[in-house]
Amino acid sequence: MADIALQPRTAKPQIRDATTWDQIKTNRNWLGFWFMLPAMGFLIFFLAYPLGLGIWISFTDAKIGRPGTFIGVENYEWLWDDSIFWLSVFNTLLYTFIASAIKFAVGLYLALLLNENMPFKAMLRALVLIPFIVPTVLSALAFWWIFDSQFSIISWSLKHMGLITQNINFLGDSTWARICVIFANIWRGVPFVAITLLAGLQTVQPSLYEAATLDGASKWEMFRFITYPLLTPIIAVVMTFSVLFTFTDFQLIWAMTRGGPVNATHLMATLSYQRAIIAGQLGEGAAISSAMIPFLLAAIMVSWFGLQRRKWQQGENND
Amino acid sequence: MTDLPAAKVDLKSILSTPARVDNSEGMSYLQSVPRRMVTLYLPLSIIVFILLFPFYWMGLTAIKPDEQLIDLETYNPFWTWNPTFKHIYKLLFQSHYPLWLWNTMYVAICATALSIFASVLAAYAIVRLRYRGAQWVGGLIFLSYLVPPSILFIPLATVVFQYGLFDSPLSLILTYPTILIPFSTWLLMGYFKTIPFELEECALIDGASRWQILVKIVLPLAIPGLISAFIFCFTLCWNEFIYALTFLQSVQNKTVPVAIVNEFVDGDVYRWGSLMAGALAGSLPLVILYAFFVEHYVSAMTGAVKE
Repeated sequence: MADIALQPRTAKPQIRDATTWDQIKTNRNWLGFWFMLPAMGFLIFFLAYPLGLGIWISFTDAKIGRPGTFIGVENYEWLWDDSIFWLSVFNTLLYTFIASAIKFAVGLYLALLLNENMPFKAMLRALVLIPFIVPTVLSALAFWWIFDSQFSIISWSLKHMGLITQNINFLGDSTWARICVIFANIWRGVPFVAITLLAGLQTVQPSLYEAATLDGASKWEMFRFITYPLLTPIIAVVMTFSVLFTFTDFQLIWAMTRGGPVNATHLMATLSYQRAIIAGQLGEGAAISSAMIPFLLAAIMVSWFGLQRRKWQQGENND
Repeated sequence: MTDLPAAKVDLKSILSTPARVDNSEGMSYLQSVPRRMVTLYLPLSIIVFILLFPFYWMGLTAIKPDEQLIDLETYNPFWTWNPTFKHIYKLLFQSHYPLWLWNTMYVAICATALSIFASVLAAYAIVRLRYRGAQWVGGLIFLSYLVPPSILFIPLATVVFQYGLFDSPLSLILTYPTILIPFSTWLLMGYFKTIPFELEECALIDGASRWQILVKIVLPLAIPGLISAFIFCFTLCWNEFIYALTFLQSVQNKTVPVAIVNEFVDGDVYRWGSLMAGALAGSLPLVILYAFFVEHYVSAMTGAVKE
């Protein structure tokens, strides 16, 4: 401590011009640069550079262990005629659309329920979030076991209730497999949506509901004209994240079906893994994953402009 | 308004609306118990049951004897009267599981520490130094949060290979921060904004350097934020799958999620017990951590979204 107190007195006996070194030490912009250096280093070397590199690889015929040469859009032409690729695009869109819509609906409903006053409220909220904490792969394995073709507990229960006579081949039939992975995704995503929307709900002033009650608003009207408008900004953010992570999902599918049966659950991410890493066609895999970028940009744009419009309507300045 | 009975009925339905937090005593006294049963407790318990059932099933399978796992007719599958620790024993003493657990822990802690260090500096610079272009950099960092790993893993695999990091835990320690830094920077920016800047001005007048201000004033005040960021980053690391699957090859180096999927899944009909025991043991550390820091966890999750 003594050093710190003494240092300025000894270091600056007379006023002198700031040297370059002083500039680097104290100038706001230089300081900012030094402080940003570690984060920027990571993000540039392991995020921005690979992002560019990925797009470049998609224009080459790179294979594992062999740097490729530039072949133009051949990979994309190849994919254009590849029915499995289009099936994976269809699956991804179906998966994203259905799972996000249901996650939103159930998540909002759950948030509204959890916002009620009841005993053990805090504990319930904590319990609800557990599916989100547990690593996706591990819970996907649990679902794999629950949806097993022979020993499924669901088949067993339905059989004992007398609803079905045969085991349902959950992950072996393409329709059922799609339903199962979508269900598992919803199961994992609902807690996130619910808890974040709940945080939004708690900021809504109760007096608004009281006023609406006095004005004779129905339950639905209160939701439609108070809760929903006030929640819109947070809904936009939450759903952007949800759509984004559903669209690029990999682990759930890989742990449960690996894209099977007959590619019925292949998403673009799993297909690109299969082509790039397992089959070794890096260029083709990179083309598939680069093909996700336009979809992602579209999703970001939609939510971004949704957010802007809402801000403008509420008369906030766009900071 | 003149039609009194109708208004009365209307009122009742109105008063059962959700979303009253602080003063729910105000309007909730009119809600009848049966009504709450149907509109609140019933749907809530169904949802909670569905959300928690897979964990019950995971735990039950992990302690069931093998013959009960595949014989659903003789034994009721929903319960077991003679639990066995065979699967867990096999997991802990006859497989590499402890090693995988250690790998996961090691990678998660290193990557989290690195990213928290980098994002504390970055967040402080963006919020308080406000150098030229800080706003833009903040926006870019948010955008980088939206770049998913499943787009990056192919080029990153070639990068990792070029740097000679393939099949080493270092590859994960260096690549995980790309997922963690954007998130924790964004979270910490929110926290730093709430610390009054007058404190820092005082310190500046007293001759403290920016580094001293950060270490001695800002960080102690931002400890809740740091804990939130730490826990959330740790969970994300533990959960990460695609990088670990792509960059690691040898059995000893794998992390828990990858190892379970690749090493435990074989044609054996009795695999389920050890598979579920593995899944349970892989989830428990996170659940325990979560149980101690629920509030921090929730604030991390919602804080990052609200910003």
